[in-house]
Amino acid sequence: MTELLKTPGETPPTTAQGRAFGPWCTRAVLKNGPLGGLIALVVVMAVLSQDFLNGQNLLNVGVQASVTAILAFGVTFVIVSAGIDLSVGSVAALSATVVAWAATGEGLPVWIAVLLGLAVGAAAGLVSGALVAYGKLPAFIATLAMLSIGRGLALVISGGSPIPFPASVSSLGDTLGGWLPVPVLVMIAMGLVAALILARTYSGRAMFAIGGNEEAARLSGIHVKRRKLVIYALSGLFAAVAGIVLAARLTSAQPQAASGYELDAIAAVVIGGASLSGGSGKASGTLIGALILAVLRNGLNLLSVSAFWQQVATGLVIALAVLLDTLRRRSAR
Amino acid sequence: MTGVNDDVPGGRELLRVEGVTKSFPGVRALDGVDLSLRTGEVHVLLGENGAGKSTLIKMLSGAHRPDEGRILADCGADGGTNGAPGSGAQGLREVHIRSAQDAERLGIATIYQEFNLVPGLTVAENIFLGRQPRTALGLVDRKTMRARAAELLRRVRLDVSPSTPVSELGIARLQMVEIAKALSLEARVLIMDEPTAVLTSDEVETLFGIVRELRADGVGIIFITHHLDEIGALGDRVTVLRDGRSVDEVPASTDEEELIRLMVGRDISEQYPRTRPDAPGAPLLRVRGLTRHGVRSSKGSPARPAFEGIDFEVRAGEVVGLAGLVGAGRTEVARAIFGVDRYDAGTVEVGGTELARGDVRAAMRAGLGLVPEDRKGQGLVLDASLQDNLTLARLDRDTRRGLVDRGGQRREAAAVAGQLKVRMSGLGQSARTLSGGNQQKIVIGKWLLAETRLLILDEPTRGIDVGAKVEIYQLINELTAAGCAVLMISSDLPEILGMSDRVLVMAQGRLAGELPAAEATQDAVMELAVRSPKGAAPPDAGHTPSTNKNHPGQSAMEGSDD
Ligand SMILES: Nc1ncnc2c1ncn2[C@@H]1O[C@H](COP(=O)(O)OP(=O)(O)OP(=O)(O)O)[C@@H](O)[C@H]1O
Ligand SMILES: [Mg+2]
Repeated sequence: MTELLKTPGETPPTTAQGRAFGPWCTRAVLKNGPLGGLIALVVVMAVLSQDFLNGQNLLNVGVQASVTAILAFGVTFVIVSAGIDLSVGSVAALSATVVAWAATGEGLPVWIAVLLGLAVGAAAGLVSGALVAYGKLPAFIATLAMLSIGRGLALVISGGSPIPFPASVSSLGDTLGGWLPVPVLVMIAMGLVAALILARTYSGRAMFAIGGNEEAARLSGIHVKRRKLVIYALSGLFAAVAGIVLAARLTSAQPQAASGYELDAIAAVVIGGASLSGGSGKASGTLIGALILAVLRNGLNLLSVSAFWQQVATGLVIALAVLLDTLRRRSAR
Repeated sequence: MTGVNDDVPGGRELLRVEGVTKSFPGVRALDGVDLSLRTGEVHVLLGENGAGKSTLIKMLSGAHRPDEGRILADCGADGGTNGAPGSGAQGLREVHIRSAQDAERLGIATIYQEFNLVPGLTVAENIFLGRQPRTALGLVDRKTMRARAAELLRRVRLDVSPSTPVSELGIARLQMVEIAKALSLEARVLIMDEPTAVLTSDEVETLFGIVRELRADGVGIIFITHHLDEIGALGDRVTVLRDGRSVDEVPASTDEEELIRLMVGRDISEQYPRTRPDAPGAPLLRVRGLTRHGVRSSKGSPARPAFEGIDFEVRAGEVVGLAGLVGAGRTEVARAIFGVDRYDAGTVEVGGTELARGDVRAAMRAGLGLVPEDRKGQGLVLDASLQDNLTLARLDRDTRRGLVDRGGQRREAAAVAGQLKVRMSGLGQSARTLSGGNQQKIVIGKWLLAETRLLILDEPTRGIDVGAKVEIYQLINELTAAGCAVLMISSDLPEILGMSDRVLVMAQGRLAGELPAAEATQDAVMELAVRSPKGAAPPDAGHTPSTNKNHPGQSAMEGSDD
């Protein structure tokens, strides 16, 4: 290390650096899990691109991560309880469309329109939850159905074309004081709420029990079906918030917005260390997962890597992250 | 039985463990353990819960690797070459067992304490998992596989079709499938971790017969059990583990008291320390005419045995034992009372108020608690921490103004873990990594924290060592002295007789009779248990005779433990 520090900065000895960097990176990732991975990725991007580590760009990364992260917080609840929610992208678009339709189309007061949008999100989640808990449908199927229904309803309500968002809600997509993007603030706030729900509420603790062993949870007096309603409703509610933030950034509700985002959200949760078989997961991990995806995309953009290769890289990172996480867990046994 | 094999010249050493040490975060599970196994011997591993027995055998099966020490094996004719030539006795070489495949190559087969069967697959597929016979085209040869499985099943006297999905089998039958699977490996070393914990006496006899045959064939067997009477009946030598150290190696003819002393490090004065109350208190639980009609699974055999006309009551301060053969419907009745399963007729009253059917929360609110027989499948969230497991049943009580009081939970969990003397590295340890007996203490502790007034214990001491058993019995005494009551289901007859104030006996879904403690003897209970109920046919008699060829008194009736 000391030798490295002594070498003049203008001519970085790339080979030596590469050699030292590899094992350091692996160790950091193995030891700290997702956070180590994020730091390693940031370091790599900073080395590869001069433009990466500047304040404005980092805030951009935050904005890019915000919608995925908010969706992913909601999905974390579902995944911790050993379910899956494929509908969050559609529900986000539906909620945003409802807000725009109510405020712009029907002329309702903005706050009522927003409440209506949030209620629609939660209701969509409730329906998925009811299908899973009472209809005994596999979560995959129930939320796949909701994915289609949500998107369809968004198209029906909007007639297929974007509806302008009310100006006061659109300010959610702006910055505070000219530099601090509101979406980042919303992301942080929703992250804190998610962390609080997971760690400290009855529903949160029940999520871990249900995901870990549903039968044991039931035999310990947890009303599993009712909890599932709450879990999917929370996921829908978070999706509605994400949808409103996205529409605010675009200043219009687009019925086709956020399609495919559910996969990013699930990826963020899994990269963040949650297990798809349930019983584990953290809001902080999910945030890191969303940031990893955003850093990767932003960095690759700066390096002008084509969008096609970006998809390949994202896939590789997902696989790598989960692989490392499995290794880490095994070595901890 | 005689421990003659100890001195038999032909008893060649098959396996030797020298100074093996293994640590997990926070615990030293094994500390310089020695063990040796010869051909044609049954070597019993004895030790308290958490002494390190399972950890030791996991070194031999490739699941764990030792931190220190070495394992020597007689590599036999096939002469596996993974290891340097050993310096020890001739024929023995140091081996490094890194995986289940390595163990299999050395001829070591293991039946783990926890089951390793794939629920969706059939019995035959599970037995030959990964080793299915192939046809010339490389496809799985189902016919041969089924025929060979059928033969193995006959050997373990298990009356199920090879094409039954294992998910339809109860615990006892799962254990017999595990044994059949191990037999199919034709191993030279067979390791069994508490195989008898879930078996009834008939099945235990079958197992012993098989083990004796294998011993005669020269197989070396490592046998773990908490039933001391099995040691004299089956074993040749005994290695006693205490706190991860091998304390002694003694012949199996050593008397039980001495074995207990070696194992626990002190004498146990009384095995069943029941202090019976002078007069039981007011009725706590009253069950009237509880009935459920049989439910048939897809294959025609009843998936769950039914019960009919169950009437009894449990009074404050009482321990009521529920005896019967496996499949008599005891577990089903317990689950129905606790609201886990629905029932078709009858009532359950607690303290005079009737409970809603199929509502666990209502049962809990009325003061009921259930320690299920399958602690891993139904009692514990295995990957959650001990704190979360202990406080699970009082989660709503610990929630104030929407937030769970984590600090309070930690204090409660610490208190009850201390009271039950749970052997753990900390409350953050996951329940999975606890030894079997300590896991059971966690499940019981959960109900203590839920302030249960009537605790239903289903096979509470399955897989529990003698010392911990007495601790659990003492706990039962404390509970009843405090005015609570206990309904105890157990297949361990001495335990039922030693601890109950009254014994209810079930046979084929009905209450066959009730015996006060003074009249409850082994013979009296068994006579009631095997008696076919007078008059009416059993409630599940609807199914075709071909699937009901079990003799009524046979223990291998429909497994109750689904
Ligand atoms: N993977 C693990 N991680 C941490 N601790 C472990 C792990 N496996 C076992 N232990 C600990 O090692 C000790 C020995 O456990 P082991 O399962 O070998 O006991 P045992 O003698 O088989 O007990 P039982 O009779 O209850 O089955 C226990 O204290 C247990 O908690
Ligand atoms: Mg064990």
